Amino acid sequence: MELWVVLAIVVVIALFLISMYNRLVTLRQRVREAWSDIDVQLKRRYDLIPNLVATVKGYATHESTVFQNVTDARAKAIAAGQTGSPEQRAQAENVLTGALRSVFAVAENYPQLQAVQEFKDLSENLTATEDKIAFARRFYNGNVRDYNTSLQTFPTNILAGMFGFTAEQYFELADAGERETPKVSFS
Amino acid sequence: MAAPPPRLNTYDAVAANRWRTVLLIALFTAIVSVLAYAVGEYAAPGGGIALLPFAIGFSGLSAATSYFAGDRLVLAQSKARELAPGEEPQLRNIVETLAIGLGIQPPTLYVIDDSAPNAFATGRDPKHASVVVTRGLLDKLDRTELEGVLAHEMSHVVNRDIRVMLLVTVLVGTVALISDGLLRSMWYGGGRRDRGRGSGGAIIAVVAIVLAILTPIVAQLIRLAVSRQREYLADASGALLTRYPPGLANALRKIADDKEALEVANKATASLYIANPLKDRPNFMDGLFDTHPPIAERIRRLEAMG
Repeated sequence: MELWVVLAIVVVIALFLISMYNRLVTLRQRVREAWSDIDVQLKRRYDLIPNLVATVKGYATHESTVFQNVTDARAKAIAAGQTGSPEQRAQAENVLTGALRSVFAVAENYPQLQAVQEFKDLSENLTATEDKIAFARRFYNGNVRDYNTSLQTFPTNILAGMFGFTAEQYFELADAGERETPKVSFS
Repeated sequence: MAAPPPRLNTYDAVAANRWRTVLLIALFTAIVSVLAYAVGEYAAPGGGIALLPFAIGFSGLSAATSYFAGDRLVLAQSKARELAPGEEPQLRNIVETLAIGLGIQPPTLYVIDDSAPNAFATGRDPKHASVVVTRGLLDKLDRTELEGVLAHEMSHVVNRDIRVMLLVTVLVGTVALISDGLLRSMWYGGGRRDRGRGSGGAIIAVVAIVLAILTPIVAQLIRLAVSRQREYLADASGALLTRYPPGLANALRKIADDKEALEVANKATASLYIANPLKDRPNFMDGLFDTHPPIAERIRRLEAMG
């Protein structure tokens, strides 16, 4: 009789631990999926930049430093993507975003360029990609927060320590145009 | 390191909507069973019990139909056309962006060729979801406004509101149809049958008529109760997603100022839309029977967030 009681308790504890472990794995998996969302969009941006440079160059012939900057920034961002941590990568991407802005600022001075369909398509695509990067980053950071929170709260933190779950890094992009988080009220 | 932005917890909304779905189907089955029982007793003593299995079978079948095929029904009735791959790249970009922010796959896009600006979402979960916009919405709104409207609709998708709204739309429509038919048949055929019967038949007849009148009203009230609060919630989660409440606020203002009614919308589908598409005059029952919260109040809440 007592043996059964002990056995039942052991089974309950085991089930509890298994579900806790699986929850951690699920959360970590969500973080990784969200990261690949960011990755896809960053790569898409790398692909769009050479076309943009080629198109704008045709009209703005005297702005070679701007084009050189954006090409360099792109190369550095790609390199950081292959080797760096999220932090280094975010830094390189920030530089690239800045360089891209100056290309568009230069393009503003050339009215004929604004009328070219190819340029219009490219800027719509790049705007959309920038938006997607911003949203992917937000989704990623939300998932990192959920995962890191459960890593640090009791009793999951004990199990996490035993099985070597480690905290993930946030992906921060400093963005001047970042909108303030609205305050939500349901009153 | 800056604090990450807070997110509305959609898990709560999803769990609540799962309960609502079960409750709705149970309630619908109960209403149809009571109606069937009354009609059965009215036709012949003991006939009520005999009709019950049919009532329950019928309820299950209607619920299953609206769950699996309701979206196609609604889309067809609204004369919505699926967007071709290269069509409206801006709309597609916005929807893909928002889908990334929500971590879902982008819903299928449909357009209604009507100049009245409006939009709705339907389906049963994020994997089987459709977002419908009118031509007027695409023409009259700018990018941030369009983004606001789409964020509102996609919040409905993530919260599984679309499933509840779809079930409510189809089931309430069915109840209204049944009691309508019942009233008609009693009105024209009831007198003849009553002649050969005693007072017992007359009492049951009265009960059946009262039920037939009451059930659509009750069904309607249920529908309103579930649809108004969720509009506020979708406004809030949409604004939180885009980080730009004025986008949706301006869009709502433009949609409200537009005097044109959407021709393909009807009483059954009206509550699916982001704003009442019927443009009917407000009346004394307004507070009770309005499918949408007043636009002015929604705009006020959105502006309070900014």
